[in-house]
Amino acid sequence: MSAHSATLKSKEELIEKWGKEEVITGSEMLLRSLLLEGVDCVFGYPGGAVLYIYDAMYGFEDFNHLLTRHEQGAIHAADGYARSTGKVGVCIATSGPGATNLVTGIATAYMDSVPLVVITGNVVSSLIGTDAFQEADIVGITMPITKHSYMVKKAEDLPRIIHEAFHIANTGRKGPVLIDIPKDVSADKGLFQPVKEVKLRGYNPTVQPNKQQVDKMLRAIEQSERPILLVGGGAVYSGAHEEVYEFVTKTQIPVTTTLLGIGAFPSGHELHMGFPGMHGTWTANTAIQNADLLISIGARFDDRVTGKLSGFAPKAKIVHIDIDPAEIGKNVPTDIPIVGDVKAVLQQAIAGAKRTDKADAWRAQIQEWKASKPFSYTDSETELKPQWVVSMIHETTNGDAIVTTDVGQHQMWAAQYYPFNKPRSWVTSGGLGTMGFGFPSAIGAQMGNPDRTVVSINGDGGMQMCAQELAICAINNIPVKVAILNNQVLGMVRQWQELIYDNRYSHIDLAGSPDFVKLAEAYGVKAFRASNKEEARQAWEAALKHPGPAVVEFVVRKGENVYPMVAQGSAIDEMIMGDAE
Amino acid sequence: MNYKHTIAILVNDQPGVLQRVSGLFGRRAFNIESITVGASEEPGLSRMVIVTTGDERTLEQIQKQLYKIVDVIKVIDVGSNPMVARELGLIKVNAEPSARPEILGVVETFRAAVVDIGPSSLIVQVVGDTDKIDAMIELLKPYGIRELSRTGVTALTRGAR
Repeated sequence: MSAHSATLKSKEELIEKWGKEEVITGSEMLLRSLLLEGVDCVFGYPGGAVLYIYDAMYGFEDFNHLLTRHEQGAIHAADGYARSTGKVGVCIATSGPGATNLVTGIATAYMDSVPLVVITGNVVSSLIGTDAFQEADIVGITMPITKHSYMVKKAEDLPRIIHEAFHIANTGRKGPVLIDIPKDVSADKGLFQPVKEVKLRGYNPTVQPNKQQVDKMLRAIEQSERPILLVGGGAVYSGAHEEVYEFVTKTQIPVTTTLLGIGAFPSGHELHMGFPGMHGTWTANTAIQNADLLISIGARFDDRVTGKLSGFAPKAKIVHIDIDPAEIGKNVPTDIPIVGDVKAVLQQAIAGAKRTDKADAWRAQIQEWKASKPFSYTDSETELKPQWVVSMIHETTNGDAIVTTDVGQHQMWAAQYYPFNKPRSWVTSGGLGTMGFGFPSAIGAQMGNPDRTVVSINGDGGMQMCAQELAICAINNIPVKVAILNNQVLGMVRQWQELIYDNRYSHIDLAGSPDFVKLAEAYGVKAFRASNKEEARQAWEAALKHPGPAVVEFVVRKGENVYPMVAQGSAIDEMIMGDAE
Repeated sequence: MNYKHTIAILVNDQPGVLQRVSGLFGRRAFNIESITVGASEEPGLSRMVIVTTGDERTLEQIQKQLYKIVDVIKVIDVGSNPMVARELGLIKVNAEPSARPEILGVVETFRAAVVDIGPSSLIVQVVGDTDKIDAMIELLKPYGIRELSRTGVTALTRGAR
């Protein structure tokens, strides 16, 4: 992959090369500071206010800069990179429109607790506040959707600010940090002094839990007859998948992983119940509603998980483990709150964890539910079913790909029919539900994981929100495999209009979409189209074999719905089962 | 049940910090009855005092959400302890010379002060808790209040704490 050609140096080599104290420009300080944080890939788009920064990047070999075709593509790529690697994603944009084009991406990362450092240029300090050309108050605009933000006042502050930004982004509850750099600051010279320590009096995330609270949880586990674990994105972000596995192995408590928790526990495991919520498994939802103990591990009781809040887990004692104290008690009243890093909490809990002997009947019940109510759909030999396509993608990639999705029906089908056994392999916009995220996030995931197969599953709607990034796949030979489940309609909206708005289909017809094969080919990307199973398998296998990027358009049935479905405002065990009913 | 809460927040004296705090209240639909900001006992830190209303759960959320702001150093639920809470009000009231003795009587009773005298008006300065200022305003209303400015509550806990 030519885009990954920068020869990455070890940390010692980098410090040796770039850690020297000398007088340099703010732009050079920025680049050196990024390198000292271990950054190997930056996604960006130049413009007037970042010209000095891009000038400093000229001929710079120690990290990759990927020029996207839209700032939104850059930030979603940085997001996909971060989610799939666990490292901080970095993107750069210019002032004004460059910066505002990042807003959706920042909000996406904020909602899903993804560590990003977002660098924007701004107009020269003396013009700030004058409505200068390409000026926007990006710090103000993004205040509600960033974990923290900085407006840099002088070049010498850059090393400290960048070090703090990486620390804040990737510790505690992770999230995006914005650094706004006025043009004169990036031009000014100053003494570069690398910063190794962080001194932030107002920022001390609690990592180690209170032992008494952990003991309370262990006692509750011993007494429970119908316990379940609700494992969320926090378990993935904390790198706690092994601890989750060990905890489950010891306690034998059945597990449901939320949409963002997918991969934190192996899907194939007997005690795994799939994901809960609006389109989750019958078993997970029914188990939540009947549990006498629900232990949330890095999940935040999102409304798509809980359904009607007052009817959620009515019989359960709630244990809530979260690194963010503000999540505890926010939506669901908690009986045993545990503030701490999921990994640290579980490490402490594992030592005292015992098998839940009183829960044998419960486990048997869950097995029975799993066997009787799996995800299901009615297959067809005449029309291509999207669920079948996802299953075929799963089979042909041995369930081992990194899969990114956009938002909508295909996202739910991907979650339902592509089971994962590893963390950081499932990249999806859960909280914000950002269309346009799927494809560029795959580019970032591929940059961070050059040796893995990266598949991006999209709808025909979302694909058109960031299709322009096909260019960077082609130019840099980034071998992302793009599946477009084309049903010629905004499927999820269509589904709601069918089921809840009496078949009044309002503005959902995507007629007039481009020929996706021609579109891809126009960018120089290999492309295929498939309308039946045989074509689908052939085209997909050819795409996988192709050494570069490839797009496969699957022409799928238009009226297909995602089931099960819990209507908004219903309790999660009030499921519409669709085909299976 | 909704109650009035007085919260003190020690924050880094940084540009934008007021926006971070007030923006949080707006975004999370927390109510602000009054907000004051000024220097604290420690250089580099400002003390904000916010009076808000909400139930216990809202108060807990407010405190936890505030702590997530990197520039917030400490959040104190001042109202949960014995406290001194004071507000200052400036009231410009119609006061023709004939009405002045009566107004001065009210001012004296409230231990307020007249800080400016114009040809047909007075500015009354009153310091006290919110109720006292409310009462003062009520009493001055019949004379005709031309302008009114209140600082909002600032507060400290009593004693050694």
